[in-house]
Amino acid sequence: MALYSDKVMDHFQNPRNVGKMEDADGIGEVGNAKCGDIMRMYIKVDPVTQIITDVKFNTFGCGSAIATSSMATELIKGKPISEALRLSNKAVVEALDGLPAQKIHCSVLAEEAVRAAVKDYFDRNGIPYGDELKACDGHCDTCGHEHA
Amino acid sequence: MNVYADNAATTAVSETALSAMLPCFQEFYGNPSSLHTPGQRAAEKLAAAREIFARHLNAQPREITFTSGGSEADNQALRSAAAFGARKGKKHIISTKFEHHAILHTLQALEKEGFAVTLLDIPPDGVVTAEQVRGAIRPDTCLVTVMFANNEIGTIQPIPEIGRICREAGVLFHTDAVQAAGHLPIDVEAMHIDLLTLSAHKFHGPKGVGVLYARRGVPLENVIHGGAQERGKRAGTENIPGICGAAAAFDEACASMEKNAAYLIPLRDKLIAGLTGIPHTVLNGDPVRRLPGNVNLCFEGIEGESLLLLLDAKGIAASSGSACTSGSLDPSHVLLALGRPHEVAHGSLRLTFSEYNKPEEIDYILEVLPEIVRYLREMSPVWDELEKGQRPHLI
Repeated sequence: MALYSDKVMDHFQNPRNVGKMEDADGIGEVGNAKCGDIMRMYIKVDPVTQIITDVKFNTFGCGSAIATSSMATELIKGKPISEALRLSNKAVVEALDGLPAQKIHCSVLAEEAVRAAVKDYFDRNGIPYGDELKACDGHCDTCGHEHA
Repeated sequence: MNVYADNAATTAVSETALSAMLPCFQEFYGNPSSLHTPGQRAAEKLAAAREIFARHLNAQPREITFTSGGSEADNQALRSAAAFGARKGKKHIISTKFEHHAILHTLQALEKEGFAVTLLDIPPDGVVTAEQVRGAIRPDTCLVTVMFANNEIGTIQPIPEIGRICREAGVLFHTDAVQAAGHLPIDVEAMHIDLLTLSAHKFHGPKGVGVLYARRGVPLENVIHGGAQERGKRAGTENIPGICGAAAAFDEACASMEKNAAYLIPLRDKLIAGLTGIPHTVLNGDPVRRLPGNVNLCFEGIEGESLLLLLDAKGIAASSGSACTSGSLDPSHVLLALGRPHEVAHGSLRLTFSEYNKPEEIDYILEVLPEIVRYLREMSPVWDELEKGQRPHLI
């Protein structure tokens, strides 16, 4: 289908880092089944270097929800947490060679899933963080965070 | 293998229809409104096509109006009946919650113009009852519009019974028969139908041709104003190639109706039996009172668009009522009206067949689809929670 770029179709049909992680250091879940998409992201973090050494995801959703999840895991794997927190939905869209306008929210969900996983890691380890990580549940206008 | 399983969306044009159309482009290209011989030859083609539709519907040729398609015919039927009712001070219309948007959105427009609309609830089997219609009729009811068969779940409505109740109550009865025409027998006399819509491209005719049947004595309001074509009720030079193709396709479909149904029903039932064997899968709509070529299922824990993309990658063309494919945030209004929760409606799949589909295509779907469902469930956090009992199974 020409709805999606080749890159979106590749990440949809051959998703990277898909699956569960039993010993995750942080798990973030955003979206809800009623709306039609849920992303759950698992991260493994090196406690000394604060580098994300492994990432996995499980997603319920459309083709672009799966593709953005997959791309987001690729973009943060091997990166320091500070860098993962700077991942924008725009970067995910660009890395996928674009998304149809009505699918941009999937990239927002992917960005939020990463942030939710980092927040969970911070919570588990008593690491303080700012307000903008606090309230996001993956829905627009529930936190102060801006998306591109 | 390539399988086209989206015949409720549209069908391939049949050889018969195409053969009827081709001479209309370069041989019978006259304007039927012209006095000269080429024009009159086109007018004869138009009259012959009108006669074919009238004959198969048990109507009179002058009761047949050609339109640009089902949506235009639906709009004109509802607007005509509403205007007719309003002249008698009757401004209440009854319909159902799972009509096509050509009906529902026209009704919304009429509501803004001061009409009251009652939309009947859909029972769990997807078949509204004549008693529901009877119970909703008021002294100011001017029109009942109930689809002949639902476009998503394929359930066949009790049209003769509803028609009888409307006739007894003196209320006009319209049916959107877009999915039924050419697939189910229609007799506007026996079924007490006053207005009926059909669309050629659903039975191997061309796109861009619809028919509005309006019983003599039901005055039509113009939706398209202009010249005097179609007895002044639908302006615009007639689409002669399309209309001739539509008539040839309808003639063929009506002649082959029993044979096609006898061929498709066992294939449909085999597919339903095979796919409902997948755990937490449910058939939408009554298993028997449904169009011969319609299968519509919900698979819990997965989303329809990703299912369609993976099927497409395997050569299978189907459709879904998920929000991602509906172009809105909500999944199919038909599945919601049927009582499916949002979560379940997102995981719907519609497979619709015609006599052009082969038995081995059904086997191929049965081979490929369960694996795709399993794969997507494996990836889904929802399925994980359902299987662990952290989230209750809804189906």
